[in-house]
Amino acid sequence: MSEAVEQPSPDSPGFRRALKKLASRLPLHTVIVIVVLLWMTPAFGLLISSFRPPSEIASTGWWTAFQTPFKFTLDNYRTVLAQNRMGQSFLNSLIISVPSTVIPILVAGFAAFAFAWMKFPGRDFLFIFVVALLVVPIQMTLIPVLRLLADVRLVGTFPGIWLAHTAYGLPFAIFLLRNFFAALPRELLESAYLDGASNLRIFFRLIFPLSVPAIASLTIFQFLWVWNDLLVALVYLQDPSKSPMTVTINNLVSSFGTQWQLLTAAAFISMMLPLALFFALQRYFVEGITAGAIKG
Amino acid sequence: MPRLLTKLLESNRQRAGRPSPRSLVAWLWLLPALAFIAVFLIYPVVDTFRISFMNADSTAYIGIGNYVHVFTSRATQDALLNNVLWLSFFTLLAVGLGVVLAVLTGRVRYESLAKAAIFIPMAISFVAAGVIWKFVYAYSPEGFSQIGLINATGTSMGLPPVAWLVQQQIAYTGQVLPTPLHTNNFALILVGVWMWTGFAMVILSASLKGIPVEIIEAARVDGASEWQVFWRILLPMLSPTIAVVATTLIIQALKNFDIVWVMTAGNFNTDVVATLMYKQMFNFRHFGQAGALAVILLLAMIPVMLINVRRFRA
Amino acid sequence: MKRSILGMQLLAGILGVILIALLACAAPSTTPTPTAAPLGRVEVLGVWGGEELASFQAMVAPWEQQTGGTMAFTGTRDLIAILTTRIAAGNPPDIAILPNPGQMMELAKAGNLTPLSSFLDMNKINQEYSKGWVDLGTVDGKLYAIFVKASDKGTVWYNPKTFAANGWKVPTTWDQMIALSNQIVSEKKTPPAPWSVAVESGQASGWPATDWMAQIMLRKYGGDVYDQWVAHTIPWTDSRIKDVWQMFGTIALTQGYVPGGAIAALATNFQDGTYLPFQTPPKAAMCYLGDFTAGFIATQFPNLVAGQDYSFFPFPTIAAQYSAGVTGGADLVAAFKDNPTVRSFVQYLSTAGAQEIWVKRGGFTSVNKMVSLNAYPNVLTRDAAKQLTEATLFRFGAGDSMPAAVQTAWWQGVLAYLQNPSQLDAILSNIEAQAKTAYQ
Repeated sequence: MSEAVEQPSPDSPGFRRALKKLASRLPLHTVIVIVVLLWMTPAFGLLISSFRPPSEIASTGWWTAFQTPFKFTLDNYRTVLAQNRMGQSFLNSLIISVPSTVIPILVAGFAAFAFAWMKFPGRDFLFIFVVALLVVPIQMTLIPVLRLLADVRLVGTFPGIWLAHTAYGLPFAIFLLRNFFAALPRELLESAYLDGASNLRIFFRLIFPLSVPAIASLTIFQFLWVWNDLLVALVYLQDPSKSPMTVTINNLVSSFGTQWQLLTAAAFISMMLPLALFFALQRYFVEGITAGAIKG
Repeated sequence: MPRLLTKLLESNRQRAGRPSPRSLVAWLWLLPALAFIAVFLIYPVVDTFRISFMNADSTAYIGIGNYVHVFTSRATQDALLNNVLWLSFFTLLAVGLGVVLAVLTGRVRYESLAKAAIFIPMAISFVAAGVIWKFVYAYSPEGFSQIGLINATGTSMGLPPVAWLVQQQIAYTGQVLPTPLHTNNFALILVGVWMWTGFAMVILSASLKGIPVEIIEAARVDGASEWQVFWRILLPMLSPTIAVVATTLIIQALKNFDIVWVMTAGNFNTDVVATLMYKQMFNFRHFGQAGALAVILLLAMIPVMLINVRRFRA
Repeated sequence: MKRSILGMQLLAGILGVILIALLACAAPSTTPTPTAAPLGRVEVLGVWGGEELASFQAMVAPWEQQTGGTMAFTGTRDLIAILTTRIAAGNPPDIAILPNPGQMMELAKAGNLTPLSSFLDMNKINQEYSKGWVDLGTVDGKLYAIFVKASDKGTVWYNPKTFAANGWKVPTTWDQMIALSNQIVSEKKTPPAPWSVAVESGQASGWPATDWMAQIMLRKYGGDVYDQWVAHTIPWTDSRIKDVWQMFGTIALTQGYVPGGAIAALATNFQDGTYLPFQTPPKAAMCYLGDFTAGFIATQFPNLVAGQDYSFFPFPTIAAQYSAGVTGGADLVAAFKDNPTVRSFVQYLSTAGAQEIWVKRGGFTSVNKMVSLNAYPNVLTRDAAKQLTEATLFRFGAGDSMPAAVQTAWWQGVLAYLQNPSQLDAILSNIEAQAKTAYQ
């Protein structure tokens, strides 16, 4: 990029250099584009299918939709959106997902800070123990937790499900944050302590901002996981007026099951918000961390 | 921030500060997390452990009977083998692709778009993923029009259609390999890789951003090829994060339930320990055996965690 | 500067959370507490969704208007998981709509259910429902379930126009049906294959085949042997049971009968399988599945006319003395709690008036004798209902009447059999082993 600006004639060395640069980068671009296309093809098939009537979906491949006669329809989306309480379900999904994302990040952040930067007896063992809980299958916790929630009358309430999702998300959150925190340069923290900063101050003013990419990643994962959850909502929430979108979509399909045309449209509708969130948080991934900090 | 940095630059680097407060403070920071975990995770685990020594409806203790039954049953052995397949292939592919993609996308201007495209599967619920891949794997008998992408491509090239989720013999060759090397297992693992590579890539990408640019530039100036930069600099510096990602994915592979359940419900020898446990618990209502399977899953994690501890210490 | 922006965003985030929390707690519940009406809310757990759920809600609407009560329906295909969890945690729903009496019996014996006979007018029930249906819902002398939404499983679906065009006659006996199948294979017309067999159905894969076998068993060996089989007084390794499997195998496994063979049967979803005789061009001639198939065909091929383009013939006779044998299924209503709202609700559901609402919408066969046959929307549903209610030899689907563990083993056995028919003896022994532990 530091090349002198030359008149772009086919013979000039600048043009040739630019062409050479493009040629050397061509394999890179090709590989990326191919991978991206491959990755998106299955989901693309879903998108196309969501605009086709059921008779078409079951009899021909989705790629044939691009041949005449075109048989696209908006009916699938209409049916899904007109579904009783879809608007309320969207709101419910938000009400469930946002606290269930914010709370575990805070709680895990505190714990990860302690694991990464404080010395206390049994620290490593406790950390391993906490992370090992990652493997606990949710089905095993359903009955005891439901019993507990029923005893404290939190079944069918939003706070009950916030607590459950927080707990389920903690092992991974602590795991991820602790590793990022531990990778931060020691000197920064040491000098902050020397300055007399309290733990709390260090946590919010130093650690948090420096871990933005990690926290952004975690936010996305936890939010997605809660947004797409079906089982936990079914078991702990139980009140149809509070059901999130996943439950309402689940009810779109009769017990005999396979109404693909509705499922495809519903899948796309429920994907919109998480994707929007991902794009919004994208820039936090792009900014560098320590490099920027040291340069000041 | 500038004040701190000035102090940093001015102070004598060798004079180490004392950043460790008393243990009591540490426990205070840990308390909320530990409280949640104790109630929602530890208590059920202990309860599960207890139940695994009891009979079907948890009314009487029967010692290690459940474990004996579970270990000697053919279904469990096959499921364990399937889990091993997931453990190896799924993790390898997802981490490998994640690393490669993180590095590659970091070099182009449309990085965000490319990463988003690969990350999209993570935004999809498992039910939706099941629907998506149904359109990829769909099978229709020979001579019918194929609605599945793979079979349509295959038949247009003269190959016979394959029932990807049912068939256990290796596709197109008809060869029978020992459990768990079945076509349908690989088909399911592919779905898992499709979903989770984005996860690996995002985390690795975040870590990649933290590698000081100067180091890479310096190596390039010194004449290192891109390949050498990748192997000698990027990979080693990424290895802690790779360990984190790999650990998470291994755990995911062991715990794997949704993909298998949504696509085959464990039929046709695709059962994994988690689906077996689900069936025991809810279809057969044998809480004792379900508990034993869960405990086995938990125990299988211990070696993975031990290896990780070594890494953290090193 | 980045830090302060982040700080503000963090603050905004926390405020947002608090706001949402306040909103959520302050939001009035959408179910208004009835002031004058004494009836409250009844929570129903079931598998229905989509069109079925809409119909159920239409059925319940008059009750809500008359009594002021409200129904909250939670639908899930993982009904058994949710139900098991909630019962074990001491948090059962008020009412559950179960797909089979086997489960209901297990729950009743465990003491989880409220006996309906304690508050229903049993005289009325006995008048409106035939003895068979009342007995089916009775455990230890008390009625625990009433049956709604039945399905007739004695129907073989075919395309009358195809049959007419090819000069095929509808078979009335099993031998005629096999002869017809062979004829179709050898003639190689359109459709070239006689049968569509499709058993894929997620975790319940294999159940369509069990429907086949139950129907065969009833028509060949009669009600008594059927009952012994279901109650496990004869073992699964009995030669008659093996014979039934092999008869099913004749249909599913004979070369040329099913397009694509056993693999296709295993990989094709049961709903998709019903489309084969009605596609253009048709791919198979016949498909055996319950009367709910009419709904699938109508949705997939909206331009076809019931009775002309698609119709069913009754399952063929195997043994002359059992020619009237019909198997069927039904959803049943069971109650976990006992309070005025639940009582009123169950009472309402059992009436012919309530059931007629759904009957008129289609997709619902009632076993209440007071429901007039004219309420059924078309000739097919009417004929299916007629076959069911007038059946002199009727049995509930075998699989649904067995303990869950045995039914699951049966389904798995079907899958294994289709892949490896030579393993039949081993498969039967396996199911027998399961049955031994399950029937205690």
